[in-house]
Amino acid sequence: MARAVSTQHKTIATAAAWIVALLVFFPILYTVITSFKSEQEAIQGFNLLPSGTMESYSQVEAQNGYFKFFLNSVFLAVGSTILALLVAIPAAWSMAFSPGKWTKDILMWMLSTKMMPAVAVLFPIYLIFRDTGLLDSRIGLMIMLMLINLPIVVWMLYTYFREIPGEILEAARMDGASLWKEIVYVLTPMAVPGIASTMLLNIILAWNEAFWTIRLTTTEAAPLTAFISSFSSPQGLFWAKLSAASTLAIAPILIMGWFSQKQLVRGLTFGAVK
Amino acid sequence: MATQQTRSLARFMMAPSVVLLFVWMVVPLAFTLWFSFQQYNPLNPIRDGFVGFSNYALFYSNPAFLQSILNTLILVGSVLLITVIGGIALALLIDQPIWGQGIVRILVISPFFVMPPVAALVWKNMIMHPQYGVFADIARFFGGQPIDWFGQYPLTAIIIIVAWQWLPFATLILLTSLQSLDGEQKEAAEMDGAGFVSRFIYLTLPHMSRAITVVILIQTIFLLSVYAEILVTTNGGPGYASTNLPFLVYQKALLEFKIGQASAGGIIAVILANIVAFFAMRAVGKNLDK
Repeated sequence: MARAVSTQHKTIATAAAWIVALLVFFPILYTVITSFKSEQEAIQGFNLLPSGTMESYSQVEAQNGYFKFFLNSVFLAVGSTILALLVAIPAAWSMAFSPGKWTKDILMWMLSTKMMPAVAVLFPIYLIFRDTGLLDSRIGLMIMLMLINLPIVVWMLYTYFREIPGEILEAARMDGASLWKEIVYVLTPMAVPGIASTMLLNIILAWNEAFWTIRLTTTEAAPLTAFISSFSSPQGLFWAKLSAASTLAIAPILIMGWFSQKQLVRGLTFGAVK
Repeated sequence: MATQQTRSLARFMMAPSVVLLFVWMVVPLAFTLWFSFQQYNPLNPIRDGFVGFSNYALFYSNPAFLQSILNTLILVGSVLLITVIGGIALALLIDQPIWGQGIVRILVISPFFVMPPVAALVWKNMIMHPQYGVFADIARFFGGQPIDWFGQYPLTAIIIIVAWQWLPFATLILLTSLQSLDGEQKEAAEMDGAGFVSRFIYLTLPHMSRAITVVILIQTIFLLSVYAEILVTTNGGPGYASTNLPFLVYQKALLEFKIGQASAGGIIAVILANIVAFFAMRAVGKNLDK
């Protein structure tokens, strides 16, 4: 029996939900609107209708060299994700399909490293980076981001791989497939969706990481998190420019995020909520 | 079934992850532990040496340390309270039959994808600025005095920003859990004449309890290390009013070069996180046995 929902109930619930949703979204909306204002307009009080100037966008590039930071962000987020996948796929694979006595303990230990506060290792890591010349280098930071997200990547892949039925592997083996063939032709096609989801979530996390990316860079390797943070010391009024820079910094990841809601739940709760 | 060969292959495939994580976490942590018993200042190396627990003793005698721990707990506690209660309310609202549910979901989840420095600076400048912010505009519209958020209530301001960032996460997780609630059970309860409140208390809340636990634990882990939001808004001030433990450790280590004290702070942060982690691991670990 279907539940009868009165139109009145639906109208009230819809209105309430939309009002709350727009309030939550408002800071983002207002940033996008302000980015199309001139600096003059931006400080003239509340106004939802911008003049539509693109001035701030061109200034962010011309005065601050926005594009370089953007490229660093792309390089770091994508690079660290690929690196993490290369290391994590074999591990998750073997844990899912050939679990040993210690598999569960190893998984839990990996999870526990994620729970360690970054500040606890700030100075040793800083020293290591300084003495090996990795400070403000893209490679160093890429490895750092890879290590930070490695536990989540292993876990997510593990929960996906575990859902692949083991009987299929046995069938392939009976048909005489070698281990290599088994991996390439049987497992990989089934694992691709899980790997893609993991990749998506990890790019988002790496893009928004704002502790190591700020502390271990100065100019050369600095991604958008560090670039935006440089706006915190005000030299005059810069609302429109800050808005343009912010809009550019969050837009790509926001759109990716909209497509990754399910993976987000799964990845960030380590499979505990699906 | 697994042969000796596949066993050793499995170990070989696992090795890179394990070794990398070990080198990255355990070795630096050992360094930090060692430094925490040392007087070590790269700018003034003459007085360096072993000092026992005196770095830790500072946590009792130095008001900055005590305040930073207190601020950390207030920040974590307040944000948890706001996001869990707000998240349950929002999840219940979105779960109703409404028009445009997909878009509402997208709008609500969005703040989670905003990088911390952007979130903090947007709130600081465009929403909470005492002269040009939206809050000031609203206050003036109603004839009130705009509030100087970061001067007068710095910690509250940071709590609001961080809660805004994490409310979507709580909402999304709780909504996922809510949607897995059996529709027939709900109908049965309704037909038995259970009102909204009793249905919520006896059916919905118990069903969501696991998801709520997960939200609290995972958020706590991230909230214990809030950093960028403080860096770009108050820089820990005025005084130490909005300094949390991670921020204090950063200041001691990289600005004042008091490595011993910073390391002791880092170890305390680890202990705090471990208390939470202990419960988190149990909650997640249960899932492994299924």
